[in-house]
This record gives sequence, structure tokens and C-alpha cells, in this order.
Amino acid sequence: MNTERNEKNGRNNGSLKAIPSEIVRITRVIDETPSVKTFEFDKDFEFKAGQFCMVWVPGVDEIPMGLSAANAITVQKVGEATEALFKLNAGDKIGIKAPLGNGFSIGNGGRVLAIAGGVGAAPLRPLVRSGRCTTFLLGSRTASEILYGDELAQGTDLRIATDDGTKGHHGFVTDLMKEVDLLSYNSICVCGPEIMMRGVLRLLKEKSEDTNTDLVSRGQFSLVRYMKCGVGICGSCCLDPEGLRVCRDGPVFAGDIVEKSREFGTYSRDASGSRTMPGGH
Amino acid sequence: MVRIEKTDKVTAGGVELRNHMILAAGILGTTGASLNRILNLGAGGVITKSIGPEPKTGHHGPTVCVLDGAVMNAMGLPNPSSNFVSELDAIEDIGSKPVIASIFGGNPEDFSKVASWFAGRVRGFELNVSCPHAEGYGAQIGCNPDLVYDCTKAAVKAAGGLPVWVKLTPNVTDITASAKSAERAGASAVVAINTVKAMRISTELRRPMLGNGTGGLSGPAVFPIAVRCVWDLYEAVKIPIIGCGGVMTADNVVEMMMAGASAVEIGSGVLGLSGVNIFKDIAAELYADAGEGKDTVKAEDIIGCAHEY
Repeated sequence: MNTERNEKNGRNNGSLKAIPSEIVRITRVIDETPSVKTFEFDKDFEFKAGQFCMVWVPGVDEIPMGLSAANAITVQKVGEATEALFKLNAGDKIGIKAPLGNGFSIGNGGRVLAIAGGVGAAPLRPLVRSGRCTTFLLGSRTASEILYGDELAQGTDLRIATDDGTKGHHGFVTDLMKEVDLLSYNSICVCGPEIMMRGVLRLLKEKSEDTNTDLVSRGQFSLVRYMKCGVGICGSCCLDPEGLRVCRDGPVFAGDIVEKSREFGTYSRDASGSRTMPGGH
Repeated sequence: MVRIEKTDKVTAGGVELRNHMILAAGILGTTGASLNRILNLGAGGVITKSIGPEPKTGHHGPTVCVLDGAVMNAMGLPNPSSNFVSELDAIEDIGSKPVIASIFGGNPEDFSKVASWFAGRVRGFELNVSCPHAEGYGAQIGCNPDLVYDCTKAAVKAAGGLPVWVKLTPNVTDITASAKSAERAGASAVVAINTVKAMRISTELRRPMLGNGTGGLSGPAVFPIAVRCVWDLYEAVKIPIIGCGGVMTADNVVEMMMAGASAVEIGSGVLGLSGVNIFKDIAAELYADAGEGKDTVKAEDIIGCAHEY
């Protein structure tokens, strides 16, 4: 992936185009699991699976969130802004800047494997909805936290793993990778806690070496980093060692790029720019 | 258009640069790796995120609003303070790279302390006495010529011989007053301008678009303001002027130089059509070999040339 080329939109003519925050009204709040809600709003955004939006929660903050549908975000309560979002109801207004960043690139055909952990299923759901996803490996802490279970089962070959064994395989989602023929997939799209994605990357590497096939670059990983601007100007979400911006050059990166990142699964930076441990979000 | 004769090196304000286009402070400068990337993408020099005496998380979002032809922000000077020093390790062969540390503080002691962390690691300093939306810092110093003098003096002393640039706020009646103070205190250059005080309101939400309420404007909309400030400074001080504010194209660089700038800084320009390639795209258009076209001139021949109109 040549991110410098991806960014090039045309000849520099001195223009600078607005990236507006569209004010939308929440039309429906869906309780997906005890800790996850989906917020649907009254506007559809044209987007590609894996692209994200900046969600303006008035009076609180603006935070990045993957689009789980053209008119929806699926949110887990993790901090001040998501907590405030959880208190909103149908009829309330929020601001949405979308679509931002680069989504999953799956070409025109071929088999697609999705691997998700927890709320990481959110940005992968549009792949299923558009009928592009062949197999979906979904990991969850426990049965009640399984996100979009029924919906995913309808469109794909869905396999589930839970940490506590309350549903599906008792163990990690990475264990499920051994059940499928990884070589048969053209794209392997991954989103979840970084520690899990690191496990996926390690298995892809091992399989690549065993089979003399480059599976690592078939992998595409959706990353999360603390973001201030979301549009590629502030630099708060840059990855070591290449300085790529998660918001603009990502958030989806090819496996060979992620493999080079020494911070992947190890550390990230906080709102001040100081390094924090661990990197798992 | 007017093009500039290619030379091996460009010197501005005592800093040896690779070309006339420098990455402005606060843009893609939070990590060493990002600064390294922008150098590799053709910037003539890079300026770090402004670093202060204590870590700061900055204002709540929205922190940046991208408008047609302008960017409005209120970041609130987020920075990791002394933790930033180790970020510089990510810049390959930093000893040979034009890296400038942007620093801020609330008093001369702060400037002295923060400058001492970077002396010997960077090629120069830029004092941020001009951020329009940080309580007790930035423009609260830059609006007071006496404080500018004291802070510059302290930084020059702590800089161990490295050049000190002072970045000025346009949000004053007379920008030359602070510039003269900086010059008297030993600054090697003044930089003009930081952002222009600004605000937008979401009519649908009946509240300001920025989390902080008010903020600062940059991008093409402020270019005429920046040109005017550089013009006024050129007539008021003898030290070099670095032009900053809305530079998007090679012709904008030439115009800033004709107003009196020795080099320019580029910030919001990274959101234009070239993206982070703006430095090399401008360079490709701006520079020509000597004698290539009748409009090819030496840089020193056009700096401030419009003042003879």
C-alpha cells in the first residue's frame, strides 16, 4: 500500500475543501449487548467498510468511531464521550464528519475472511451486509456480549469463540483460524483488541512461512489510536516508526505495514502525546 | 510564474534548511516518526509540536474544523512536555537535519527550562508566544512586548548559541511592537503569523463548533493577513522574517518572499490536494536551474522586492 499515492487527490491548485460535521438526529438506539449500543441517525453517508467518522457529542468531545452502517455507529462504553453518548435517545442531535480514512480494500471479487474481537465487529458488518464476506470469525468475552450474532450468521459462515466457553469454541478467536483454510481467502479483514490482532498477524506470518505464500499482505488491520482532529493535520495518531497517520493513511493498514510498526500491540500515545502501555484498546 | 534558482542550501534565521518550505509548529509534529516522515517527503525543515513545562492534554473536541478555504482550531497546546525529548530519537541522523523545537511557557523561567531540554539536539528554537486559545500561555505573552523581551532573552540564554525564532500573533494592533522586542532580546528571526482569532457556531446545535468555544484560523483565508504582517515587519525589523499563514502554492511562496519573508512555513496546506506531498509538489514548481526561463531569479533578489514599488 502506497499511502503517499493514496492521499493524492489531484494537482495542487491551492484549494482547501471543507470537511463539515453534519448535524444528524438519532432515530433509534439499539441495545446490542449489555455494554454495546448502536445509534442510527437520519442521514446516510456514502462510505466503504472500514471508514470511520468523527462523532461530535455536544458539550463533551469529538471521538472517532467506525461506521457500522451508512447511517449508524456501534459503540462500547469506554470513556467520558461514549458514556455521554449512551445517555442520548432518539430525537437527540450529534455531529458526524464522514467518511474519513481508508477502508478495507477487497477488490472486485474473491473470498473474504473477517476476524473480529468484541466491538471490532462493527466496522466489518458492512462487508457482511453487502454480501462480500465469506467467513466470519467472531470472538467475544462471553455469550451475552456477542455482537450482531444472528445477522452475521445469515450472510456468512459464522464461527464463534468465547473466552468463558458460554458459546461456540471455548478460547480465543485466533484458535478458529486453524479451522479454516487461510490460503483460500483473497482478503483477511481484522478488527479487535490490538493484542488479538497481534495474534492474528502472528498466525498469518507462520502460515506464510509454512506455505511460501504471502498471507501477511492479504491481511488488513483496522487500528485504533487516540485522535484529536481525525482529518490528518494534528499528528496525534501517528504510528511508529513510519509516522503514518491512523486517521488519514489508515485506519485500515495492510499486514506488511502493520508488521513494521513497533508500537502495534505494544504501546500507544495518550491525549498529551505521552506513550502509554499497553497498546490494547 | 516567477521561479527560484535551485541552490544546495538555504539559510534563514541562522538555520540551514533544505529548501524554503518548513513544516509549521503544531502540524504532524507530535511524534518524532511523523517529523521524520515529513522531512523524507521533502520539507525544507520541520518544527515540532509546541512543548511546554508540564504535560497537557489540550482542549476537548471538536478541536479542528475544516472549512472551505480555512482551518479553525483550538487544540489547547497538548504536549507531553519533557517526554517529547526521546521522540527526537526517531529522526534518523538528527544531527544533520533541520529540526526546530517549538517551545512555550508562562514566564521566562519556563522558556529557559524547556529550551535547556533541547539544546544540542535541535538546530534552533521557535518560541510560541502567539497561540490564541491557551490560558496563561501563547498570545497572553505575545501581546505584551515587555514579556516577549524577557522570554526571548531567557530562551536565547538557554539555547546555547542556537538561533531563536519568535512566532508572533496577528491579534494585536501593531505586530511590529513585539517583533522589535524580540529583535532587541537577541532573536534570530520572527515568524508571522500564528492563527487569527476566530469562531463559528453550529446553528442547528446553537453552540460553538469548537469544544473550546473560540479558536484560531489558518489556511488560505488568512494568507492576505499574513502577507500584510510580513510586509509591516519587513519595514520594522532587520532580522529575517519567516512567513506563515495560508501558503498553499509555489506562487504563494514567491509572494511571501516579495513581502519580505526569507522562508515560509506550511501548516494547513497539508489538507490541500497534495496532502503531505505539498512540500515536494511546491518545490517541483518553485525551483528551476539558473537560466531556465526568463522569470528565474535568485531568492535573495526577491526577498522584500515589492517594497520598492
